[in-house]
Amino acid sequence: MIKKEMIAMLLAGGQGSRLGVLTQNVAKPAVAFGGKYRIIDFPLSNCINSGIDTVGVLTQYQPLRLNTHIGIGIPWDLDKNVGGVTVLPPYERSTNSEWYTGTANAIYQNMDFMENYNPDYVLILSGDHIYKMDYEVMLDFHKANKADVTIACMPVPIEEASRFGVMITDGSGRITEFEEKPEHPRSNLASMGIYIFSWPVLKEALHALKEQTSCDFGKHVLPYCRDNGKNLFAYEFNGYWKDVGTLASYWEANMELIDIIPEFNLYEEFWKIYTKGDVIRPQYVSGEAVIERSIIGEGTEIYGEVHNSVIGADVYIAKGAVVRDSIIMRHSRIGEGTQVDKSIIAENVKVGANVQMGVGEEQPNVLKPHVYSFGLATVGENSVIPPSVRIGKNTAIVGETTPEDYPDGELVSGGVIREKGGE
Amino acid sequence: MRALGIILAGGNNNKMKELSNKRAIAAMPIAGSYRSIDFALSNMANSHIQKVAVLTQYNARSLNEHLSSSKWWDFGRKQGGMYVFTPTVTVGNSWWYRGTADAIYQNLSWLKQSHEPYVVIASGDGIYKLDYNKVLEYHISKRADVTVVCTECREADTSRFGVLKMNEDCRIEEFDEKPMVSQSNLISTGIYVIRRRQLIELIERCAQEDRHDFVKDILIRYKNLKRIYGYKINTYWSNISTVESYYNTNMDFLKPEVREYFFGEYPGIYSKIDDLPPAKYNPGSCVKNSLIASGCIINGHIENSVIFKDVYVGNNCVIKNSIVLNNVYLGDNTHIENCIVESRGTIRANSYYCGEDGIKIVVEKNERYAI
Repeated sequence: MIKKEMIAMLLAGGQGSRLGVLTQNVAKPAVAFGGKYRIIDFPLSNCINSGIDTVGVLTQYQPLRLNTHIGIGIPWDLDKNVGGVTVLPPYERSTNSEWYTGTANAIYQNMDFMENYNPDYVLILSGDHIYKMDYEVMLDFHKANKADVTIACMPVPIEEASRFGVMITDGSGRITEFEEKPEHPRSNLASMGIYIFSWPVLKEALHALKEQTSCDFGKHVLPYCRDNGKNLFAYEFNGYWKDVGTLASYWEANMELIDIIPEFNLYEEFWKIYTKGDVIRPQYVSGEAVIERSIIGEGTEIYGEVHNSVIGADVYIAKGAVVRDSIIMRHSRIGEGTQVDKSIIAENVKVGANVQMGVGEEQPNVLKPHVYSFGLATVGENSVIPPSVRIGKNTAIVGETTPEDYPDGELVSGGVIREKGGE
Repeated sequence: MRALGIILAGGNNNKMKELSNKRAIAAMPIAGSYRSIDFALSNMANSHIQKVAVLTQYNARSLNEHLSSSKWWDFGRKQGGMYVFTPTVTVGNSWWYRGTADAIYQNLSWLKQSHEPYVVIASGDGIYKLDYNKVLEYHISKRADVTVVCTECREADTSRFGVLKMNEDCRIEEFDEKPMVSQSNLISTGIYVIRRRQLIELIERCAQEDRHDFVKDILIRYKNLKRIYGYKINTYWSNISTVESYYNTNMDFLKPEVREYFFGEYPGIYSKIDDLPPAKYNPGSCVKNSLIASGCIINGHIENSVIFKDVYVGNNCVIKNSIVLNNVYLGDNTHIENCIVESRGTIRANSYYCGEDGIKIVVEKNERYAI
């Protein structure tokens, strides 16, 4: 047994229901991002780039894609004899069995895993953020302050602060108070959901709170630590960080990659983002194609026009098709003469010829107005869209659709088509 | 699979001009994101050959870098695997590999310790897809001693190949190595199937006689004594070891049928994965009929070209009918036409290169000054 100084526990179990049909069949951390990656690649790459070679990935919701993606951790060099990446699903015990009911409960249920490595520190991460961060620097900060818990924080505009856990610190970075999603925030220092715990402190808190239902870090563990006089410090992070938990923020974060010099730059030599790549062939751009302000994945063949978009690997865009302000994930096909505006098209979708997507007046979505907003047309994976239909804004489609699903050949703005027999 | 693989990847030849200054031919980049040896290695893996030796000598560093792990081609790890054998000084031998047969001879113990009954020998500079099992079946059905995979030459000049003539039974009657005047356009692809014991015997005899070349000293010398058969393939095959054919082979990948054959149809071609982001097209970019690999950032105009991985194309650049190899930085206002731009170069802004008659090889040795 080798002792590890710090191990990471990556929370990747959530459904991410605010991503709508994108997470119908996959967990949020497995959703494709940036034309090549999946969201979980970012924290995993941060781990190995920070020298953390032991990562437990806690899974629960639809884990197949995630498990396949992670495998034995080869893409991140996390295939280790001791440590490496371990996928940790919930399991049955002799005395009880339960799903992971909350973030801290999930960690508590894997106490044995952590004990194995006898770490000094445990890093808690979520699988749904886009950022590059050196956790070792954060650990240095933790040690220098003799902290029990260090919470990574970043300043956000004060009007947005009420979406986050907000920290109030004294001059030295010590957290004096914090509030979870306060109505009237007294500070703009928001928690990023990244914590370093000294192992004894975490162990004690989890044991003390083991009866707590839906035990959660923000709601239960951090208040427990504060109330028991532990040293909580805020580690201020000033780089790029984005929670891609909503369709709007997911779309925006993808679009930000297109800027001439993006704030979040994938093209830097240092701090690479690793992923499991299958398709390695180059992309082909035909004689009649037009591509502008876009990033385009491997193996994609383009015969039409692409403007201001993020196109994944192995996508086919036929002659005369025009794609604008959109995200198209791998293996999808866009038919001849089809026009795609401000849409998110998930993996392996077939869009017929002469379809118009993202057109018409904006209307709130009939089913989930808080999910399908921002004027986006969203298509779930493995969907089929028949030729010559019109699809409005704030719409969602999932499953194999036929012309009969589109009254008058149109899905009006705010409409939803779901797979027959689907949820 | 009942065979093990040997890939001959040692070679240099002056027909590659400056391109072979820093790498073995088997390490030449191909089709945007591959290297020449990937095709032989992928064919091995796709034919379920799990144990492959790569024999290399000339300028092997870049090849060794590429062959960093068995995992890229999914070779066996505990059972089998990929072995890279460079010449080593031993008690009995202080020679470099003096020829293809000598290269095998110097690694004969590896062959002797193996248990697979057959050996597939391939070269690292062929671009093709082939199920070696089919050749092996043919080899067995013909009760051949050696089977030579051959194809009809697409080039007018066959003088850089081994030229064959077969009888009706496909037994090879004539075998001329690099003839000045050739009798037919049927050429050897440098792919052979042979029984392992037979190979050991022939190689040992060859070494005793102080002969070192597999083609000259074994195939041609024994063609009437041993049963040497030809296995003809009609699918795409190309040898890249001249500048012309290297250029043409890369340009072939602009054709949809060639891309479909290599990348669309099962099984695929594998390569070492570089972790590069997808290609990025900035405002002002204009790309026509070209292959663009990962990691590229494109600002200028590109036409009928193959742009390899990690290339930066500056503003107002024009690239036409050209090949730009990995990790090149092209400064603003550069014009490149009918050229092969050597990898890891930095081309200064406002440069002008144009191959007037034939392909120009561009090598600039500037320090990378901006990114």
